[in-house]
Amino acid sequence: MTLLEFKDLRVTYTGSRGRLPALRGVDLTVEAGRTLGIAGESGCGKSTLAMAVLRLLPKTAEVSGEILLDGEDLLAMGWGRLRAVRWTGASIVFQGAMHSLNAVHRIGRQVAEPILVHEKGTTPAQAAKRAEALLERVGLPASRMRSYPHELSGGQRQRVMIAMALACDPQLVIADEATTALDVMVQAQVLQLISGLVTERGVGLMMISHDLSVLSSVCDEAAVMYAGRVVERGPAHEVFANARHPYSAALGAAFPVIGDPAARKNPGGLAGDPPDPVRLPEGCSFRPRCAVAVERCGEDSPELLEVGPKRVSACFVAQEGMPVVL
Amino acid sequence: MSSEEKTLTARGLRVEFGLPGGRVARAVDGVDLDVAPGEIVALAGESGCGKTTLARTLLGLEKATGGTVAFDGVPLRYSTRALKAYRRQVQLVLQDPSGALNPRHTVYDAVAEGLRIHGITDDEPGRVADALSRAGLRPPEQFFLAYPHELSGGQRQRVVIAGALVLEPSILVADEPVASLDASVRGEILSLLLRLKEEQGLGALVITHDLGLAWSIADRIAIMYLGRIVEQGPVEQVLTAPRHPYTRALVSVLPASPVLREAVAEPIVLAGELPDASKIPGGCRFRPRCQEVASGNALPVLHQCTGEDLKVLGPEADSHQVACHLDRSLHGDARIGV
Repeated sequence: MTLLEFKDLRVTYTGSRGRLPALRGVDLTVEAGRTLGIAGESGCGKSTLAMAVLRLLPKTAEVSGEILLDGEDLLAMGWGRLRAVRWTGASIVFQGAMHSLNAVHRIGRQVAEPILVHEKGTTPAQAAKRAEALLERVGLPASRMRSYPHELSGGQRQRVMIAMALACDPQLVIADEATTALDVMVQAQVLQLISGLVTERGVGLMMISHDLSVLSSVCDEAAVMYAGRVVERGPAHEVFANARHPYSAALGAAFPVIGDPAARKNPGGLAGDPPDPVRLPEGCSFRPRCAVAVERCGEDSPELLEVGPKRVSACFVAQEGMPVVL
Repeated sequence: MSSEEKTLTARGLRVEFGLPGGRVARAVDGVDLDVAPGEIVALAGESGCGKTTLARTLLGLEKATGGTVAFDGVPLRYSTRALKAYRRQVQLVLQDPSGALNPRHTVYDAVAEGLRIHGITDDEPGRVADALSRAGLRPPEQFFLAYPHELSGGQRQRVVIAGALVLEPSILVADEPVASLDASVRGEILSLLLRLKEEQGLGALVITHDLGLAWSIADRIAIMYLGRIVEQGPVEQVLTAPRHPYTRALVSVLPASPVLREAVAEPIVLAGELPDASKIPGGCRFRPRCQEVASGNALPVLHQCTGEDLKVLGPEADSHQVACHLDRSLHGDARIGV
């Protein structure tokens, strides 16, 4: 069942330097009980995508296209309905739990707050009980209800954020770099928790990260974004292990597989910076950084086309069936 | 004392902090470590394991409670003058280049600052240009008058590294040098560190929580847990054939790790978090979280795990060493190694 669908989503910010296209036509779907990973560098538009779902973008942003949550267009929704959808329909776990939690309120109160606000008729005692159960589900003892954020470790705070995101039983959870700042072991704990919730409760999960290797181990499907567009999409482990776009290949190589002799003392990477959105290059926007570009890449902008079973890539070279790494 | 020239050495290093209530946090609790020119040593562990305290102590920013830090065989002294001389040889590279650079200073000023602090006045422009080009910013003159905001993330981190290189140190200590950088820039900076080692014989201690980084650039790796190094040795051995239960768990949870697929059927996700450094368990400090203890595999040596402290691992560069009673009962003395 399709839970979330982006149809030709475009977002343009207006800044002092003029119009800044952040998303340039994104089509994606998230199924219930499945996980979609979104990968890309800073500035590729992946966080704009997350914010657009809950309409958290600044007022100056021009948005066009459709975002369907369970068939209902979020962009056309009135404020009253949108308020109900936030938390209960879809919720976000942001990165940096340190800044997202209120430093002067106890954990219990913060987790119970969305329940009290969104579920009319809930008494504070009931909400507190629910909050306790939520904390236990994310592996925190109920005694943590009385703690302040500074008394918790980074991993524990991130768990509190996940508990809050689950407070109103949303159908869709968006995790924006939710584990990036965590240690390996804590990250593994949180990822295990998140994956468990997806299979147990059938929520749809959209997971945003710059680390393609993490996405490949957690997600069913992965989409790689570059300069406001999806440039490759497919089963997550295949996108990581056998990229069909030179940008995905570079992104994947940045995080080596331990034990891979080719990666030993050979840090992968990609020279240069993402293009300036105000002055995008002619043709393919990845061409200036691309090692396998051909003449056509400077003239036309490639569309997302099928390059294999369940695989699409916006790269002329891949579409010709040629290798995308030198 | 190591006989090697220009080597940064730590012997029996301990750093303790007093806490309210008379408790004592043993942040670094007995560490032997060598970093020689021409090698990259990775120091890996979770937040709170003491790796940053260890780095700060090696730089003389924190005083050791016990043990010694020495460079080139000379023990570190903490007078202002001695520290200044020491830091010409052992330089710090900070994480987060946006925080480390003053937005109102040009690249030239940022790099020349070290020279001015050390009173080196001869040929300042030449030295700055040389440091910038060694950090891969070429031609250097083009960057002299640029401000940090005009540079890319990778270029900014290169400026920070140039600021360390300008004093021509023998050893760099880099604390999470790529943690705040984008995936693509990460490779650029790691390649630079590797090139500085290979072409110019620089030594580096890279502190990180990222084992993939060690695989990309390091010669040796030391895994730290609660103030101690629990396993160390050549990167290939430690990461593809880890022997300490803690290292095995760390490697097993890495995404798409081949070691995971071959050696362990399931990722070993340790429960809980690092204990408080003021409450280090007696015997083996990893015991309360150890999967071998939990599964009963360690039963034959359990009396040692609970009651017998482990020796501090020695600094021998080429041997694979493990501080684990179970491993010792299986492989013999940890110090025999390889």
